[in-house]
Amino acid sequence: MSVTVRIPTILRTYTSGQAEVQAAGATLAEVIADLEARHSGIAARVLDDSGRLRRFVNVYVNDDDVRFEQGLETPTPDGSAVSVIPAVAGG
Amino acid sequence: MAVQAVESAITRPVFGPAVALSCRECGERVPLGPVFACAVCFGPLEVAYDFDLPAGDPEALRRRIEAGPPNIWRYAPLLPVPADVADSPNLNPGFTKLVRADNLARELGVTGGLYVKDDSGNPTHSFKDRVVAIAVEAARAFGFTTLSCSSTGNLAGAVGAAAARAGFRSCVFIPHDLEAGKVVMAAVYGGDLVGIEGTYDDVNRFCSELIGDPLGEGWGFVNVNLRPYYGEGSKTLAYEICEQLGWRIPDQIVVPVASGSQLTKIDKGLKELIALGLVEDRPYRIFGAQAAGCSPVSQAFKGGHDVVRPVKPDTIAKSLAIGNPADGPYVLDIARRTGGAVEDVTDAEVVDAIRLLARTEGIFAETAGGVTVGVTRKLVEHGVLDPSLTTVVLNTGDGLKTLDAVAAGPTAVIRPSLDAFRAAGL
Repeated sequence: MSVTVRIPTILRTYTSGQAEVQAAGATLAEVIADLEARHSGIAARVLDDSGRLRRFVNVYVNDDDVRFEQGLETPTPDGSAVSVIPAVAGG
Repeated sequence: MAVQAVESAITRPVFGPAVALSCRECGERVPLGPVFACAVCFGPLEVAYDFDLPAGDPEALRRRIEAGPPNIWRYAPLLPVPADVADSPNLNPGFTKLVRADNLARELGVTGGLYVKDDSGNPTHSFKDRVVAIAVEAARAFGFTTLSCSSTGNLAGAVGAAAARAGFRSCVFIPHDLEAGKVVMAAVYGGDLVGIEGTYDDVNRFCSELIGDPLGEGWGFVNVNLRPYYGEGSKTLAYEICEQLGWRIPDQIVVPVASGSQLTKIDKGLKELIALGLVEDRPYRIFGAQAAGCSPVSQAFKGGHDVVRPVKPDTIAKSLAIGNPADGPYVLDIARRTGGAVEDVTDAEVVDAIRLLARTEGIFAETAGGVTVGVTRKLVEHGVLDPSLTTVVLNTGDGLKTLDAVAAGPTAVIRPSLDAFRAAGL
């Protein structure tokens, strides 16, 4: 399963400045693991020490907030768009 | 690259006493810049200060503030703005009325003194003028040319107006189905207004993505990349309330909760006043108010959770309809630390509270004001808010913006004759 991952500005130091990268995985957890393999250090920015999504990170799979879906187990079908966004905006 | 060049040119006086941005979550400090999330943990960055004020002489500082202009710039020494900020073209918001609400107090059974901080008196008729004014100064400092935001309505108008006055282009984003009054208020200032097909949270997400795209280059989003500065504007509500009470902290404050930023900054402002010796260090309780149709923070508070689970909003209180509140966890912390609470009321109770405030005090609040008054009434009825203590309730916007929420009309329509009036039984 190949997906496109949109990277927020503060994580682009891990992706050589790229705003979008490719990753593989059938679930969000697998996508993040693959991202880590390709861009070392990025997973620790998105996940906390317990391996859960940090509370100030929003992740969307095809426009759906994964917190309304299955969290890290949310399926990421081939061709999905994954977006990682800081949660501290707005209001 | 442009941002880096601007950052290197920033000198401390541009931001007054502000010295850095600090992560509220992990404490990481970074230089003052147009950034809003911590690169280590994604936590919110907020402004850290080194107040260069006369030590041990709060009376001198009080006099200095009292001699200042009748707007938020009287507190410039406590804000991330240059000392001469009042000379810049801006809307000069703030120093709105603190109304002693004795009639409302009688209705609610509050005996310790009840006040309404009526921020509908700001230039675009909501508290958003305060936060935007600070963000505009930051936008100037960083060399942005376009002002933008995601908005539930009030902020779009505040940004449009401030941009017009200060000479910025503006392009603001709102959910496409907002109240007509707010749409007109946002559009009239001549900037671009874009309706997004989705909820506020969808709009917010879109703006967060736009900011990292070349399309958003040179744009200052007041509540995204300028959010640390923007949020500081809400501190002025705390400063004003205390000054207007004779430099005294009220015992209880009821604050509407959308993203939660306002409530957290009111708490920050109160702590600063205490630290500077401007007010007596005494306990205060902060209460958060939400609409039941969008009450993720209230639900978390009542459930004993420290994590806020996002919701899909469904309420007439659209200015509070943020289903994924950025500062929700901090609202929980503050309510619990101060002995306050977070409560919610139904849309019917919101409308009833709007009418209650209008008929008792002559203040026509928008739906967010109905939420705070409604929650205040509920908290008193449930014995959570102590009626014997001094209490301040925030009204953050003008009822003219949410006319649809209140179906009010003439008591009677009659012919212009005494007989007709008599027959109407009035």
